[in-house]
Amino acid sequence: MLRKRILISGNEAIAEGAIQAGCNFYAGYPITPQNELIAYMAKYMPASGGVFIQAESELAAINMVYGASAAGARAMTSSSSPGVSLKQEGISYISGSQLPAVIVNIMRGGPGLGNIAPAQSDYFQATRGGGHGDYRLIVLAPAGVQEAYDLTQTGFRLADKYRIAVMILGDGILGQMMEPVKLSTQKITASPLRPWALTGCKDRKPNIVKSFFLREGDLEKFNLKLQKNYQIIKKNEARYEGLLLDDAKIILVAYGTMARIAKSALNQLRLAGKKVGLIRPISLWPFPEKAFQPRNKKVKYLAVEMSYGQMLEDVKLAVNGSAQVDFLGRSGGGIPSEEEIINRVNKLI
Amino acid sequence: MEKIFAHPEALYDVSTHYCPGCGHGIAHRLVAEVVDELGIREKTIGIAPVGCAVVAYDYWKFDCSEAAHGRALAVATAIKRVRPQNIVFTYQGDGDLAAIGTNETIHAANRGENLTVVFINNAVYGMTGGQMAPTTLLGQKTSTTVNGRTKEKHGYPLKISEMLALLPGVCYVERVSFHNPQGVCKAKQAIKQAFKNQMDNSGFSLVEVLSPCPTYWGLSPKESLDWIRDVMQKEFPLGRIK
Repeated sequence: MLRKRILISGNEAIAEGAIQAGCNFYAGYPITPQNELIAYMAKYMPASGGVFIQAESELAAINMVYGASAAGARAMTSSSSPGVSLKQEGISYISGSQLPAVIVNIMRGGPGLGNIAPAQSDYFQATRGGGHGDYRLIVLAPAGVQEAYDLTQTGFRLADKYRIAVMILGDGILGQMMEPVKLSTQKITASPLRPWALTGCKDRKPNIVKSFFLREGDLEKFNLKLQKNYQIIKKNEARYEGLLLDDAKIILVAYGTMARIAKSALNQLRLAGKKVGLIRPISLWPFPEKAFQPRNKKVKYLAVEMSYGQMLEDVKLAVNGSAQVDFLGRSGGGIPSEEEIINRVNKLI
Repeated sequence: MEKIFAHPEALYDVSTHYCPGCGHGIAHRLVAEVVDELGIREKTIGIAPVGCAVVAYDYWKFDCSEAAHGRALAVATAIKRVRPQNIVFTYQGDGDLAAIGTNETIHAANRGENLTVVFINNAVYGMTGGQMAPTTLLGQKTSTTVNGRTKEKHGYPLKISEMLALLPGVCYVERVSFHNPQGVCKAKQAIKQAFKNQMDNSGFSLVEVLSPCPTYWGLSPKESLDWIRDVMQKEFPLGRIK
């Protein structure tokens, strides 16, 4: 059977992917460039039997996600960089209470109010936890509209599987651009059993959702439990796409929209006979370290980002001194072009 | 023989961690008695605040969630929307509800969320060591108003209950006080009304309780009750506000 194809924006694809994944609670606050997402949810979430709330702030929105998830819903919020900074309080509490949730950040330029141009400068915030405390999010970075749709569904599955917050990290280009999307033919997944959820204590002991461990030793014990979960995720959930790596002398490393531009540069360079490959991390945490296994000493890596070198640090950690790592990045609305990448590769070769 | 008094089922039979003369123990018990009398223990979900009552779930025997400081009504909004068949309430102090959480409070009230709020006003931050609260009285000494609160430097005590009563989504606001046993009985009736309103889907209900904090008022438990009666009630008059 042919799957239905529709032409939608990345923002709408994430919203539709979420509904398809059984998301039944959304709270958000308007901010450019993710407004199509909240509008899509306002239109379609109630129709699918879920709850939509336009919150009074990003703080309220993320804390509504906390409550909805505590009550057993599949909950999501979305925003863009300045709004995601505001959400960090709630993300930390969600992590400390082991609540599954999906948070979307369609990144724009920063710091501060920055601008509304696409950017990748929230990588540190996304992959290092972002708020206070020792915690991690699973961070998934789609590079196209179809993948945004697919990874959002993956995100809900992983959030439930590991009782963790998952971030879908895109940029303004991904959010705004339209591409055809093949819709999933699978039935909407039913919410998994959540014996810990707040449903009223009929025929069981009261459930408590909390992140407060005052008694000596309790918090350390709980944090070690979180760390154990993170180790399992690191082992099982690293994702990447590798392209023409076998004979590559220069390996580009880029994620999201930046990887699309890097791929165009790669095609041009290959046509010119240059041995160039690409590693595109799909999960930014866990970072796909295995993709950077020691290669021929002459192989050089070139990390390309819409930031001044954030993913670069993870590339260097993964390479661990086994090869040269170079960097090309722009930020604040500047996007490394195909031509800039080609010029840099030609200098490196 | 007919049993006319018993320990509430909705309250664990344990000692609390509160200071001598604190009002939280009374307020916890009143909530538990009301929950039992309305027969809603198995469908009640409470939201504990950040502050002295953060571990209220160690005392209440029903489902509970924590919330970040000030965010209880955002958390409660979502729980009630997801599970309208449950009875959801927040239990919040003055700093939580009327300072850091003012935005969440006003907007949940203005949306007319079908929720119950038990608002403990003791005019001071207890857990952090007695700093000025939004409801601290003019002249009241705290660790951050060492010479007493002044209107010039600190503004006036915030009458959040009166403000909330202006909102059309709010169906019930009453201010009660723990200054004597009659006051406690009235407080229980008000809390019961606020829960009943939710069961009738009437909208947002709030009960403000003037509650003693002897430790950070620098008074004995008895003096604290008199201070509520003689001083605090002048700024925060008792009775039905809406």
